[in-house]
Amino acid sequence: MTTLSHDSNVGRITDNTVDRPGERAPLVLNMNTFGEVTATVCRVNEAGKAPFAWYVAFAAALGLLSVLGACITYLIFTGVGVWGLNNPVMWAYDITNFVFWVGIGHAGTLISAILFLFRQKWRTGINRFAEAMTIFAVICAGTFPGIHVGRVWFAYWLFPIPNQMEMWPQFRSPLLWDVFAVSTYFTVSLLFWYTGMVPDLATLRDRAKGKVQQLAYGMFALGWRGSNRHWHRYERAYLLLAALSTPLVLSVHSVVSFDFATSQLPGWHTTIFPPYFVAGAIFSGFAMVVTLAVPAREMFGLKDLITLRHLDNMNKVILVTGCMVGYAYSMEFFIAWYSGAMYEKFAFINRAFGQYWWAYWIMVSCNVITPQLFWFKKIRTSIPIMFVLSLFVNVGMWFERFVIIVTSLANDFLPSSWDKFTPTWVDIGTMVGAFGLFFTLFLLFCRFLPMIAMAEVKAVMPQADPHGAGAGKHGHH
Amino acid sequence: MSRFLFPRWSNLLLPTIILAAATIPVYAIFFVAYGFSPKTLEVGYQPDQPVPYSHALHAGELGIDCRYCHTSVEKAAAASVPATQTCMNCHTQIRPESPKLAKIKESYATGLPVEWSRVHKLPDFAYFDHSAHVNRGVGCVSCHGRIDKMEVVYQKSPLSMGWCLECHRNPEPNLRPTSQITNLAWDPAVELSKQEREALKTKFSIHPSQDCSTCHR
Repeated sequence: MTTLSHDSNVGRITDNTVDRPGERAPLVLNMNTFGEVTATVCRVNEAGKAPFAWYVAFAAALGLLSVLGACITYLIFTGVGVWGLNNPVMWAYDITNFVFWVGIGHAGTLISAILFLFRQKWRTGINRFAEAMTIFAVICAGTFPGIHVGRVWFAYWLFPIPNQMEMWPQFRSPLLWDVFAVSTYFTVSLLFWYTGMVPDLATLRDRAKGKVQQLAYGMFALGWRGSNRHWHRYERAYLLLAALSTPLVLSVHSVVSFDFATSQLPGWHTTIFPPYFVAGAIFSGFAMVVTLAVPAREMFGLKDLITLRHLDNMNKVILVTGCMVGYAYSMEFFIAWYSGAMYEKFAFINRAFGQYWWAYWIMVSCNVITPQLFWFKKIRTSIPIMFVLSLFVNVGMWFERFVIIVTSLANDFLPSSWDKFTPTWVDIGTMVGAFGLFFTLFLLFCRFLPMIAMAEVKAVMPQADPHGAGAGKHGHH
Repeated sequence: MSRFLFPRWSNLLLPTIILAAATIPVYAIFFVAYGFSPKTLEVGYQPDQPVPYSHALHAGELGIDCRYCHTSVEKAAAASVPATQTCMNCHTQIRPESPKLAKIKESYATGLPVEWSRVHKLPDFAYFDHSAHVNRGVGCVSCHGRIDKMEVVYQKSPLSMGWCLECHRNPEPNLRPTSQITNLAWDPAVELSKQEREALKTKFSIHPSQDCSTCHR
């Protein structure tokens, strides 16, 4: 392989967000050999001590996780009455959190599957931890339907398991489809994530010094030797899993939206929901990837692998999906007027100017106005600004689900049944605590598993180009 | 660098783990569905009774109608266990000195009831009304079996929710004319044609509900 040699054209570029005609911008900066990539990524896992910031973050995450544990334990021993739910508002923070977390999960699959099929090579720098984020987000999401059923010990009734009661879930209900959609999504995402990680686990195994690391990484590397046959099968499996998860990107949040759209409630009963939810999910997912990537690349010294170009691209996705979400918001209002249905009209006027007007306007400012700033390249490539904006989007998307669920339920057809939902401390503790679960898992992942898909990143380096050193300077293809 | 090599036998672990991952959930579901079912746990429950009373003798050989003792079965939710006085209607005259009757006579004298052991017990969250069934063609035998052949009563049917639903979903095979309600030997499958059983369903206007609130009120 002559291509392993140093390529001076790629060598010291620091700004890869500039597009030069006829040339592809490099996706890996300041690295000339595959060995450097391996060393940079593995250093995170092999260091005897994690960065100080990691310990601080992990302690905070564990603290929040214990809040979640305490809130759930209190809920189980006391009952769902500890939440602020009331008669018209029977879903509030629980389902808001569920939809929020499932939505977050969508970026991982989009990056790993759809961008893979579309040969978007910049995905390689971010796909591993975006997929990890997906899995942890779905774990957080899965917690909420489990605990909101009230009698947690009967949560297995969600699944159609043969039983002496001859009782089955309602197969015509989207709530059951949801169980299938989310569990399929979790399984496929986990398989996809793990399959992609096998070669990198083998790298860690081969570099490991300690017996425990050798044994642990060795077990999960499944005997990977990097033979031609192994790579052939790996590529096949990866392609198949990508094809399998592509429809899931669209289907999972569509099914989640059916939970609302198939009901009769004004504000929920809307045909635009499936695409609107999917766009919102990708929007929030990418915002979360940016929220995580910015500190992670700083903390673990991965700035040359998760470059400004990667972040720039993600901000473009946030801009596009943010516009879609804004379009959906306005279309909901248009249809409410155009339908001539008075309940529908009321539901939307109430949403913007009713008792939860503040939630609605937080949502609009965070989700519609904020991403518009990403039209400017200066903002797309400014680390502090994009970090703050991504936080805004996360907040906005949480409020979107709150607005949809709570405003529609609180003021439905009958004014006599209207009420107001006020969260209790358990509601708030559970919501905040879920972030503890998420960040605990994510930080453990950062510490013990390869955060960047080394094998894939190497393949998009100019050095991997089989057409020789001359073609190498064009970067990836 | 000394690389750790797994011993050769560890190759067997992977298929073992995959096999276990595939079969354990299936086994667990099977185990819970059948092992925890009342069909397994409760059918055949035959507690010792304080008095050696024989249904086989009284209901079978002597042919006393069920309703002679279980008086409220046609009028109320509970069929009711007879009072000691009901026994003494006959036993003041018949074999009054039998040692088997000691506890009955003691109860009769003191006024304290005999502490029979309950055989058929539905959980408190399940509502069941004997009269609703008995007056509309579901005979004693359908649920309790051939009591007239039991020396000591045991639980014949699982009394599980699934078992209730089986009949609520398809009641015809268990319908009989009210004249044969307590006739445990009378079998509608032998005595009635399919048309006659369907006619009974129309006659009693039976539309068994399967809503949760039918039984869980």
